[in-house]
Amino acid sequence: MSLRPGGQANTWHGHFEPKRVPEGVWMRCEGCQATLFRKRVEQNLNVCHECNYHFSVSAVDRIAQLLDADTFEEWFPDLRPGDPLGFNDRRPYPERVRAEQERTGLNEAAIVGQGFIKGIRIVFGLTDSGFIMGSMGSVVGEKLTRAIEEATLQRLPLVIVSGSGGGARMHEGILSLMQMAKVSSALARHHAAGGLYISVLTHPTMGGVAASFASLGDIILAEPKALIGFAGPKVIAQTVRVQLPSGFQTSEFLLEHGFIDRIVHRRDLRSMLAQLIDYASP
Amino acid sequence: MPNPSEHRLPFEAPIYEMETRLTEMEASYAKNRAGGENPGLAEQIRRLRRELAGLKRVIYANLEPWQTVQVSRHPQRPQTRNYIDLIFDQFLELHGDRAIGDDKAIVTGLAHLGDGKVMIVGHQKGKNLAERTACNFGCAHPEGYRKALLKMRMAAKFGLPIVSFIDTPGAYPGIAAEERGQASVIAESLMAMSQLDTPIICVIIGEGGSGGALGIGIGDRLAMLEHTYYSVISPEGCATILWKASEHAPKAAESLKMTSRDLLRFGIIDEIIPEPLGGAHRDHREAAAVLKSYLIRALGEIAAQPRGELLQRRYEKFRRMGVFVEGGHALNGPPAPVA
Repeated sequence: MSLRPGGQANTWHGHFEPKRVPEGVWMRCEGCQATLFRKRVEQNLNVCHECNYHFSVSAVDRIAQLLDADTFEEWFPDLRPGDPLGFNDRRPYPERVRAEQERTGLNEAAIVGQGFIKGIRIVFGLTDSGFIMGSMGSVVGEKLTRAIEEATLQRLPLVIVSGSGGGARMHEGILSLMQMAKVSSALARHHAAGGLYISVLTHPTMGGVAASFASLGDIILAEPKALIGFAGPKVIAQTVRVQLPSGFQTSEFLLEHGFIDRIVHRRDLRSMLAQLIDYASP
Repeated sequence: MPNPSEHRLPFEAPIYEMETRLTEMEASYAKNRAGGENPGLAEQIRRLRRELAGLKRVIYANLEPWQTVQVSRHPQRPQTRNYIDLIFDQFLELHGDRAIGDDKAIVTGLAHLGDGKVMIVGHQKGKNLAERTACNFGCAHPEGYRKALLKMRMAAKFGLPIVSFIDTPGAYPGIAAEERGQASVIAESLMAMSQLDTPIICVIIGEGGSGGALGIGIGDRLAMLEHTYYSVISPEGCATILWKASEHAPKAAESLKMTSRDLLRFGIIDEIIPEPLGGAHRDHREAAAVLKSYLIRALGEIAAQPRGELLQRRYEKFRRMGVFVEGGHALNGPPAPVA
């Protein structure tokens, strides 16, 4: 069993449920086990001030952190999943979706739209790892594809922040797998038209999300110590039957092996995006 | 002709039983032939042959999804190299990704198909233990996908159509595969294939295992041999997540709707290519003949379209895929309840 940096045992079971900042006045850090004052963590963009462990942030918080205040305009908010397979994952899929909608206040795992970063208009999308593990079904694929097409058409920079431990969503079967093809085809056109795309990887970005839009940026950034990879560490450990190297499939591992451009602390992400967009602008 | 008795699927037991009876009868008939014709026995043999064909038809027309998975994994099932031998002429294999090595889990090369020339890419699982080990059981590393992409780009440059044979349990989940960017290379492949300006035909000939299958699976035509599957996750993987035990794989195979009929219904594939009676593993030649006529017909259809529309049509093909609800109306594919 590999240890994530900071000593946290990696308990990936095919799907990864990232830890949110828990309720209560005090909380324990997942990274360094320190007892932290919750309010202080929240004020620090959900980053541990002891060890810099990056807790997951909700879609709403992420938008507030990255975009100019009150500039985000959401597109296609009323796209909702169907149930093409009649899938029953210990409970019927539509019921699971409803429960997730109530729990998170989101309609689906992806939010797309337009907004401004330091006065520059961009098309912005993200997947919230809290909604069925941020997995990509038909709605996530469709929203992202429409957003990419819009960015291409309007010649706007595109930024997508991925957080998805689930990859392609099992509950929608082959239709989920095909979203990888759909989104990647749209990005091919965006690139061919000279459009900028910056991909930001957050903990965790796995499977079909990592193997499609998350890996196709002109520039790929990652938050520190995020789990990023194709196959889950548990699946790999069962397949190869050897101890996984320490720090395997982290942002640092990907940087080392040449698959991302930079690791960026959450507090620097907004200004880094603005700077990069500026470099790519005429 | 392979010897189908080498690997026996549990649900095929009645077929093997009847085949044994038939063989015994035929042997007895041949032995006693010297003593004069036996019209009674000859008639029995004819009747049993008819019964056997009927039995195969009934069993194979009603395969459960898990049985389909078993057939798709049958070790005597024809693989990419079998189809290369039986369908194409003058195959000229091309190796290597010019970066890491030559991944034997994906075969690539030039060949003649009927009157035309094509580039072939396809997963290869291997037939015996030595081959299977060399081919890593059809589970490619990043260099396999890079090799495929390199050869496909070359094909597009010279206007050669691409024939892709998909047969993999999945892209390899290993340490080296992650170090060399499995996710990145599959993503790159999806994006690149969507823009390759040459006809691409993809056929699932065995297992269509998730991203590893999709990695060489973007094209103008998608087809599946009758008894194959194509799925977002393996039935074992799905069962492990949902029911914490891979023994529930049959239930997962059912839930995932992964057979050729399901995919045709969802509008993902264009066509189901019929297999010989009792599965492709029973008759490689016939399976290859049917596949060959499909490939020639499909390439002809694409060639008949206006050339400039190829990439637009390919884009729209994948653009349509998905089932969701917008403003209370179900869009794309079969109607779905509002979740």
